[in-house]
Amino acid sequence: MGGVKQFLSHFFVTGPFEIGGDVSIGLVSLAILFVLTRYKLWGWLWRNWLTSVDHKKIGIMYMLAALLMLFRGGVDALMIRTQLALPNSQFLGAEHYDQIFTTHGTIMILFMAMPFIFAMMNIVVPLQLGARDVAFPYLNAISFWLFFFGAMLLNISFVIGGSPDAGWVNYPPLAELQFSPGPGDNFYLLSILISGIGSVATGINFLVTILKMRAPGMSLMKMPMFSWAVFATCIDIIFAFPALTIALGLEFADRILGAHFFTLNGGGNPMMYVNLFWMWGHPEVYIVILPAFGIYSEVVATFSRKRLFGYTAMVTSLLLIAIASYFVWLHHFFTMGAGADVNTFFAIASMFIAIPTGVKIFNWLFTMFRGRIRMTIPMMWVIAFIPNFVIGGSTGVMLAAAPADYQYHNSYFLVAHFHQVLIGGVVYGMLAGMYYWWPKMFGFILEERFAKWGFWLFNIGFYVCFMPQYPLGLMGMTRRMYTYPAGLGWSSLNMISTVGAFVMGIGFIFIVLNIVSSIRHPVKDTTGDPWDARTLEWSLPSPAPHYNFARIPVIDSRDQWWEMKQKGMTKPDDSTPLAPIHMPKNSGKPFIMGVLFFIAGFGFVFNWYVLAGLGLLGVVITLFARSFDYDTDYYIPVDEVKHSEAAFGRS
Amino acid sequence: MTDKDQTIVTAGGHGRFPWSHVIGYIFSLVLTLVALLMVINHVASGGMLLFVILLLATIQIFIQLFFFMHITEKHGPAYHIITLAVALFFTFAIIAGSLWIMTFTQLSS
Ligand code: HEM
Ligand SMILES: [Cu+2]
Repeated sequence: MGGVKQFLSHFFVTGPFEIGGDVSIGLVSLAILFVLTRYKLWGWLWRNWLTSVDHKKIGIMYMLAALLMLFRGGVDALMIRTQLALPNSQFLGAEHYDQIFTTHGTIMILFMAMPFIFAMMNIVVPLQLGARDVAFPYLNAISFWLFFFGAMLLNISFVIGGSPDAGWVNYPPLAELQFSPGPGDNFYLLSILISGIGSVATGINFLVTILKMRAPGMSLMKMPMFSWAVFATCIDIIFAFPALTIALGLEFADRILGAHFFTLNGGGNPMMYVNLFWMWGHPEVYIVILPAFGIYSEVVATFSRKRLFGYTAMVTSLLLIAIASYFVWLHHFFTMGAGADVNTFFAIASMFIAIPTGVKIFNWLFTMFRGRIRMTIPMMWVIAFIPNFVIGGSTGVMLAAAPADYQYHNSYFLVAHFHQVLIGGVVYGMLAGMYYWWPKMFGFILEERFAKWGFWLFNIGFYVCFMPQYPLGLMGMTRRMYTYPAGLGWSSLNMISTVGAFVMGIGFIFIVLNIVSSIRHPVKDTTGDPWDARTLEWSLPSPAPHYNFARIPVIDSRDQWWEMKQKGMTKPDDSTPLAPIHMPKNSGKPFIMGVLFFIAGFGFVFNWYVLAGLGLLGVVITLFARSFDYDTDYYIPVDEVKHSEAAFGRS
Repeated sequence: MTDKDQTIVTAGGHGRFPWSHVIGYIFSLVLTLVALLMVINHVASGGMLLFVILLLATIQIFIQLFFFMHITEKHGPAYHIITLAVALFFTFAIIAGSLWIMTFTQLSS
């Protein structure tokens, strides 16, 4: 009996925050179960969502998950800022503080930014290319469920077993068994290893989609800029993620199989981990920013009513950034001491990236120049992004000056830099994309009043929160310190920063209110083209039918839909006869595979190898079962297509 | 682009038994196991061991290219070659870069 009790008290983390977490998770789960059962929605959920291979639905699920994770990571952030508001604060305590900044960083990069870019890629790319789905729809569903269950695995660590606490970079030797015993750190490794498989698959999937599935006539140089940005991102994903998998896989071997790749004794070398981690880590920051660049390009052209300025320069700089981002990874560890020659090379390479980035900023500005600008919500986020990125890019170049970095490294100056580019660049971009494509996803437009409140609060809050962190860094405040004494001159800046964080939190609440109120009083998008936009997705009705295009369009210009409208067309050409449409069938296996990976991961976390083995065995069985699935696709008959097109007022 | 390209690619091609995949898979496993066993049993000195492992790794790259990636199929768009070149370029950069970065650990120990 005592044994069981002891086991349970280790298994379930106990403490005021965790019990709060338990209670809220329990209540939310009960509420979801209740609603699904009460309104008999289980079948609907399974048929329409969990088994779907439709890129638009997968995209929407990615987006919901990303918003949820933004909330969870945001709550972490507010707890961190509350702890730091006053000197000598005992709100969290060192151990808790470590866990919270670790989960905050991990969630925000891997389980918020990544799914958000995948959401936009999924929803938009096939529609922009004139395709009916991605190249491998089934694989796409697997990617989503691996991400989803990987994220779940990390999230339950808060209440079961204990959270990881070695930072989002998880450096050894701290992250090794000797210094981080227990399951906490395993949660980090397993959750990222599992979702990482999905990310690589997504990279491959979209690269193939872009290369092979463009509508006839759409040469690469006629492709919309967002799709170009996704193309560059995919190159980065495919070549960078393996480095992360190797780094974490070897650390996994250290922690679970007793190897010594990165330990201090036994012949390991922790610096190799740092090297491998950033070989992924730096491209990763471009993996999340490039799609945002793509979104800015689309939004700016639409709301300036001009074609994008400098298309070729934009494409060139995207590709240059994608390639160059492989040659700068050492700038994250100048201080490791690799020597002046090594540091010089990587410092210059890092500064070089600022050039194509600057080119893009000027192109956006020139697109706006003399355009007829409409200040819609997506456009407001774009305009707010520009000053942010100029400051963030400049501080990046300051950090890239290797000798000076010895001063800035791991100080709040660095923290301010990367939040400026990640929030001001990636999050603003994803929000712009969400507002812009929302009508295409759901058939109604998000209302403006709450959206503006959300925008202004978030934006002002951002500067109030992060500007004080630059001077704090220069005054010597290092990152990841859980408290500080009074009398260093840091107190008032920290307090201001915390106030800003809460203003951002209120801004986020307004964005959620905005969505809720728009669902309750939707402003329908009846034309399919609410913004008078330029690219192909706006030629479709909103929301797009599940087969996307009744007839695959033939492309002859870059802003195809805009040019068609210039010729007086109000809908795509429908004079050619319809043909049956070939579509992939839904499948429950990707979801099941996600569950099995979760079980295997959970087993490894607690060193329960039987459970882990069973989970992996299940994965293999699912793979086999799929190999013998011959009934994977079907044709939509012409009559049905006619019928559904007629419902949109088309033929 | 033909109509065929536009249809969605799904699994379920009913072809012959994929012998080359199975053979390639077995070769890869064997090469990996050989490397592992050689290290575990310390069969040679450090430098020699390193050389043999690098050799085995290179062979494995070729196995991937020939047995899984159809490198011998001549026809295909130009981007096949470009992709391969980019991949090799990155591989080289990553290995050379890591070796260069890590030399200082030898100097300092
Ligand atoms: C002009 C381009 C940029 C340059 C030259 C640059 C330079 C740097 C340098 C040198 C560091 C390391 C500083 C240190 O650890 O002491 C750094 C850190 C970082 N940068 Fe940038 N950066 C740029 C753009 C970006 C962008 C676009 C993003 C993301 C969207 C980004 C995200 C980050 C992150 C997340 C870190 C810190 C990671 C950590 O240590 O936890 N940077 N940057
Ligand atoms: Cu970097």
